[in-house]
Amino acid sequence: MTDIFVVSDNILSPLGWTTDENFTRLKDSVSGIRRHDDAALSPEPFYAALFDAALDRELAAKLPGAGDLTRFEQLLAASIRQALEGCSVDPADPETILIISSTKGNIPLLEVSGPGPELKDKISLSDSAKKVAGYFHFINRPLVVSNACISGVLGIITGARLIRSGRYKHAVVAGADLISKFVLSGFQSFQAVSPEPCRPFDKDRTGISLGEAAATMILSGERDPLPYPLIKVLDGLTGNDANHISGPSRTGSELSYIIQKVLQNVSVSTSEIDFISAHGTATAYNDEMEAKAIDLAGMNAVPVNSLKGYYGHTLGAAGLVESIITITSMKECLVLPTLGFLEHGVTKPIHINSSLLQKDLRYCLKTASGFGGCNAAVLFSKTT
Amino acid sequence: MNYIISSCTIGGDAGGDLSERLLSLYHSLKLDYPKFYKMDQLSKLGWLASEILLKDNTALSTIPSEDIGIVLSNANSSLDTDIKYLDTVADIASPAVFVYTLPNIVIGEISIRNKFKGENAFFIFDRFDADFLELYVGQLLDTSVLKACICGWVDVLADNYKACLFLVTRGQGETVFSKENMDKFFREEKV
Repeated sequence: MTDIFVVSDNILSPLGWTTDENFTRLKDSVSGIRRHDDAALSPEPFYAALFDAALDRELAAKLPGAGDLTRFEQLLAASIRQALEGCSVDPADPETILIISSTKGNIPLLEVSGPGPELKDKISLSDSAKKVAGYFHFINRPLVVSNACISGVLGIITGARLIRSGRYKHAVVAGADLISKFVLSGFQSFQAVSPEPCRPFDKDRTGISLGEAAATMILSGERDPLPYPLIKVLDGLTGNDANHISGPSRTGSELSYIIQKVLQNVSVSTSEIDFISAHGTATAYNDEMEAKAIDLAGMNAVPVNSLKGYYGHTLGAAGLVESIITITSMKECLVLPTLGFLEHGVTKPIHINSSLLQKDLRYCLKTASGFGGCNAAVLFSKTT
Repeated sequence: MNYIISSCTIGGDAGGDLSERLLSLYHSLKLDYPKFYKMDQLSKLGWLASEILLKDNTALSTIPSEDIGIVLSNANSSLDTDIKYLDTVADIASPAVFVYTLPNIVIGEISIRNKFKGENAFFIFDRFDADFLELYVGQLLDTSVLKACICGWVDVLADNYKACLFLVTRGQGETVFSKENMDKFFREEKV
């Protein structure tokens, strides 16, 4: 199989505009989740990690000539620009493809202006992707992945597959989602939004906090003038619980199956896994399902964290944000604590990491799960 | 070599009542699946198309559920239901509608019905892209990620609906899984 190298990345979140800024804040246990009292978003106060009002001005300053891009598209573009600056991958190369991951894209616009013929095109994710691709002069038509909360991880897996297919050499994988009344009211209607900052895997967890972010990971089948050490995407898979559209598997066996199959595919044993970056949304059912999956895979000793306590659930960006923090953790030999976690709150004795742990990280897994019963797992390696 | 062993193309303009049209299709197929009534239009359409696609099909009976995947695409994501959901938000936000504001829920519905547990992916294109499906699904089969895959297009916006699904397996068949054959089936509307 062709080696897939991670050659550049960016996280643009309320915690910072670069991956380094983000990682520094995380090491200091800083969370982007705040209490918001905004009647335009919710009748009652809520906790979420949102960009502040200066975002539009900052985006405009960073993106000359991007005035016709919407806020969602500018967010993607600002993240892609910074990631492209970190490597030699050329968007105009006929062997480069742009992959966009998002759940809702421009849907927040629907709340402002209501449905109409002129909005129909503007709202479509393929139109957003085309505009962003046009801004950077990508030659190839961009690909859009919209598969609930596994969209970001699926974007990475798809990028790796397309490079391995031989049709492309480089894949720029970018994801973003904004939090509007649409998404917030939906999770509130499910009674899934926590009345305090979310507490993944904790005994007293009471649901999710939502978050906004954009993130970009650039993959290549060739080594770039790369920063040392080398990070590779070894393999990844998705699957379905085939159980319920809004509730996860009761056994975790489906997520466990794809985790084990990914490892088998690349001949890595469970005992070689140094760290798992879980989905860890802090809902009762998700965290329990993940604990069962990790237990079934025989990985109870492996340190696990969830980053939702720092970022909230950033939906279509989550898999990218969390994968980028995972590979940064690998470079820095650090496993971050699970912010918000105090007391073990799942039925299986998995190892929820609760402190800043120094550890050499060679093989790390990122998992994600979402509505529709979907699961995804991707394996990263570090070669020193 | 990969082959299309079954296909289903339905679509058109429902002329004001897509719900009625999908319900009559459901009845004409003599199906009994109470969950159907809870689905949004996109899921109803995709699910009905999958029922037609898989009817009397024995090819999947010997394939493990983890080796059967679903890769779908459309132009309008879940916009049809997004608009309906926003209408409920003004009053009382409906969780039963909200859950359908993601395009991949139709993959979940087909998976639940048939216990398919393999690869999932939903892509958004401005038009049906047989070239991409041939590449992506072909690779999943060629690299043994899957032994069988349902793939194609399921799109709904207001009265306009179109579904075109293919059941693809590796090995033997008459219709080669190719861009040309998919485009040909996409243009035919049989139901």
